[in-house]
Amino acid sequence: MNRSHITDLYFAEARSKLIDLAAFLDRIERSEGVDDFRMKSFRAALRELGTPGPDKAKKILLGLSDPTEAPVAQAGTKSASGAWAGF
Amino acid sequence: MVSRVTDDYAAMVMAGCRAVCEPAFWAGFDRSSAQGFYDYFCQLTDYEPRRAAQFGLPHYSWLCLNPKEAENTALAEEVLAMIPSFLDRPNVLGIGEIGLNKNSRNEIVIFEKHVELAVKHDQMILVHTPHLEDKWKGTRLIVDMLKRNSGVDPARVVIDHVEEHTVDIVLDAGFWAGITLYPQSKCTPSRAIDMVEIYGAQRLWLNCACDWGHSDPLAVPKTAIEMKRRGHSEAAIDRLIYGNPLRFLSQNPKFQILEGQPPA
Repeated sequence: MNRSHITDLYFAEARSKLIDLAAFLDRIERSEGVDDFRMKSFRAALRELGTPGPDKAKKILLGLSDPTEAPVAQAGTKSASGAWAGF
Repeated sequence: MVSRVTDDYAAMVMAGCRAVCEPAFWAGFDRSSAQGFYDYFCQLTDYEPRRAAQFGLPHYSWLCLNPKEAENTALAEEVLAMIPSFLDRPNVLGIGEIGLNKNSRNEIVIFEKHVELAVKHDQMILVHTPHLEDKWKGTRLIVDMLKRNSGVDPARVVIDHVEEHTVDIVLDAGFWAGITLYPQSKCTPSRAIDMVEIYGAQRLWLNCACDWGHSDPLAVPKTAIEMKRRGHSEAAIDRLIYGNPLRFLSQNPKFQILEGQPPA
C-alpha cells in the first residue's frame, strides 16, 4: 500500500488517539504534583515520536524497558507498571 | 476457557475458529496447595474439553505452573512432580505457558526445570514472555536459556507475546514467535500486521487471550478482517491465521483437525 492508502485507512483512528494523548497530557498538567518515573519516560517517548526515522514503535518500547541484564533477587510484585522504575 | 462464559465458545465457532488451545494460567490469585493444581489440571484436561465439545470446538491444553507462582519453589516442585501423570491425556499438547514474569532468580530456576521436564518427556513448549517494561529483558533471558539447552528443538517451541522490540530476538534464534492480540496491552491487529509485513509470516503465530482480564476471544478473526482491509490476499490470510498454528501444532500427533470437515 502506498502512503496515500495508509493515510486513508488509518488517519482518522490515529487522529483520535492523538487527541486522546493530548487530552491526557492536559489532564496531567492540570493536576497537582510532580512527574513520577512513568511520566518521565513517557515524555522521553514523546520526544522520540517527533524524531524523523523508522522503527518508532520499537524505539519507544525499548525506552520504556528495563535495560539491565541480571535477574532480580525476588519478584516483589506480580504486575508491571509500563515503564522502568530506574528511568 | 475456564474464565469465560459459554457465549464466547458460541461466538468463536460462528467466527470460524476450528480449535482452542488453552495454556495453564495464573488464576488471578496464588493457589495454596498442589492439590489446587491437580484440580486445575483435571479441569483443563477433562471438564473443559467436554464443555468446548458442546459447541463443536476441539479443545487442547498445555500444562505448567505459571511464572507468577514460581516464587514458592517448594510448591512449584510439587506441581512439577505431578505434571508427568497428565501428559498422556489426549488433549495435552505440551508444557506451557512457562516463562518469566518479573525476571527473578526463582522464576528462572522453575523455568529451567519446566524446560528439562519438557525435554525429558519429548514435549512441545509454549513460553510466556513478561509484561511491559520487563519483556525485553525477560525475552533475552528466556532465549539464552533455551539456546543453552541442547535438548530443545527451536522448531517445537513458540515464544509468545512478542512485540516490535522482541520479535527479531525470537525469530533470529529459530523459534516460533507468537503475537498476542489484546484490546490494550501486548499488541493490536494493525501492529501485528505491521510485524507480519516486516518479518514475514513463516514462523509467526497470531493468538488471542480468553482470560479473566480485559481480553477478546475474537481478536484473531478481527485481525483477519484488518488484513483484508490492508490488501492481503485470502490465501495469505489463511496461511497466517489458520495454516501457521496448524503447521506448528501438528508436530504433536494428538492435534488433529479434519480438513474440509466441520469441527467434531
